[in-house]
Amino acid sequence: MGLKEKLHKTKLKYQGKKMAPAFNAIHTFLYAPNETTHSGSHVRGADDLKRTMNTVIMALVPCLLFGMFNTGYQQDIAINGAPEAFSLMEHFLTWDNFWLGLITILPLVVVSYGVGLAVEFVFAVIKGHEVEEGYLVTGMLVPLIVPVDIPLWMLAVAVVFGVVIGKEVFGGTGMNILNPALTIRAFLFFAYPTWMSGDKVWVHGAVDGVTKSGTTDAISGETVLGYLAQGNTEMSYSLSDMFFGFIPGSVGETSTLLILLGGLFLIFSKIASWRIMVSAVIGALAMGLIFNGVVTAGWIPEYSKFYSLMNFEFWQHLLVGGLAFGIVYMATDPVTGSQTNRGKWIYGFLIGFLSVMIRVFNPGYPEGVFLAILLMNVFAPTIDHYVVRGNIKRRMKRLKNATIYPKTSGEVEALKTETV
Amino acid sequence: MGLLSKKDANLILDPLADNNPITIQVLGICSALAITAELQASVVMSISVLFVLGVGNVVISLLRNVIPSKIRIIVQLIVVATLVIVVDQVLKAFAYELSKTLAVFVGLIITNCIIMGRFEAFALGNGPWKSFLDGIGNALGYGVILIIVGFFRELLGSGTLFGIPVLGDPIAKTGLYATGYENNGFMIIPPAALIVVGIIIWVQRSRNKALIEEA
Repeated sequence: MGLKEKLHKTKLKYQGKKMAPAFNAIHTFLYAPNETTHSGSHVRGADDLKRTMNTVIMALVPCLLFGMFNTGYQQDIAINGAPEAFSLMEHFLTWDNFWLGLITILPLVVVSYGVGLAVEFVFAVIKGHEVEEGYLVTGMLVPLIVPVDIPLWMLAVAVVFGVVIGKEVFGGTGMNILNPALTIRAFLFFAYPTWMSGDKVWVHGAVDGVTKSGTTDAISGETVLGYLAQGNTEMSYSLSDMFFGFIPGSVGETSTLLILLGGLFLIFSKIASWRIMVSAVIGALAMGLIFNGVVTAGWIPEYSKFYSLMNFEFWQHLLVGGLAFGIVYMATDPVTGSQTNRGKWIYGFLIGFLSVMIRVFNPGYPEGVFLAILLMNVFAPTIDHYVVRGNIKRRMKRLKNATIYPKTSGEVEALKTETV
Repeated sequence: MGLLSKKDANLILDPLADNNPITIQVLGICSALAITAELQASVVMSISVLFVLGVGNVVISLLRNVIPSKIRIIVQLIVVATLVIVVDQVLKAFAYELSKTLAVFVGLIITNCIIMGRFEAFALGNGPWKSFLDGIGNALGYGVILIIVGFFRELLGSGTLFGIPVLGDPIAKTGLYATGYENNGFMIIPPAALIVVGIIIWVQRSRNKALIEEA
């Protein structure tokens, strides 16, 4: 008797018991259950929640792998300096880089999934419902949006907070107002700001004071945005570095190229909304253009603390920081985003617009994108409400102005209802 | 209890749990969010409200038959304002540092909904003794929540209780901090109080299902 049959058998033992949801979760995770549909429609779409989640995770895997290589690479260049002639195979895709990334990032992934799923299990058992798949994507997103050296216990505390306060209190998967992964990041950001910003946390080993070889200087590495926010205008990274992602930053957010590919994959598999992605990009570009315009018009003096960020080329905002990652993987969350098509345009546009605005106006929050998305998460239902109201109003107007030619006067009412 | 009849005792005990002004009636949230970052401030605030509400309820109850109902809010405000000024002056005289921490929030006791609420709902219709007990009970119910919130926020946010370090020294890395523990900056900011109060409400209602409102 294989494991599959054994599980099918043991399921009967658990039926109706308190631990049934916990058992079923493991069962359905490993194998398709041996149940057939009892009633109602027998034809179903193949893209159920589990399939949707798995597709998003697949789109995230390249970012994760890149993050592992980048962890090693960033430490290497922080200690030894940037290589003179950069070669992808020799300097970046090396076993050493990957190994260092693996041993630092894998624990993050394990803690994120372990703690998050444990909370889900506890709630499923207490409330007596099935364990929901909602955490699968969140658990993968969380390690990608934190700095490499975040202490594991902090991550665990934040995950408990994010899953309980961000999701379970609202009724679990599908009922949450805020994106749980971003709730976790926001908690970390406000609870332990020294571990979430500054020039020490983005390169592995910098906090512990790994020193540069031959000197006594401890290594450090700053994100592009953090560097600009301090009033520096000289860019130390080339455009291609920023696009391909050879820059310091949260684990999975650096490579715009891979995020772009992931985004295209999500669009073609019809998992994520292209409307939100496109409008968010437009929003970010619009805000960037406004700031560039302000600089060009000379309305802001060079000594202003906003100058260097305002002067930052408008389209380059998309390449640095978490903006691209947030737009592709976070803003498109179907639960917390807008549901109506027109609402998605407004919702996405404001995310991009506000992200760049927060970035520039508050140097303390260079990663404005997570705040912008959380804010718009709160407003998404309001946007939808007004879109729906607007639609009703337009159709009522159409009805009023409609010319109806009834054969008899009694048919007027009947025709009116049909036209609507 | 021999001292109080059962009915009177309930006036004090009810607001402590099943009719708590903060978690059940959801009044007085403003000050609960603002001053609970430190336990000491929470305790002083609780005592101040205890005094104002206890005395105020008695005064309003004594005056209840002579206050014209059209101007009763103004009369109530004058009574609260007088008592609050007394509290404020006492704090300034004997605990100057603390009065600076509490700052404007002592003055804002005047607008604390719990006080006006008890005047309106209870003192205007009951005798002085009952009103006194009701005032004490509600102020205690308010204070209990304030102190619970203050306890968790100060312990987790600053690692101290009443300003005394209990988890070790965060700078010299002694005690718990030696293991890599760090203070939670989130607990210092007012939204954390909202979440702690929310969790208290959650725990209380899941223990006593009768308190859950109809959705």
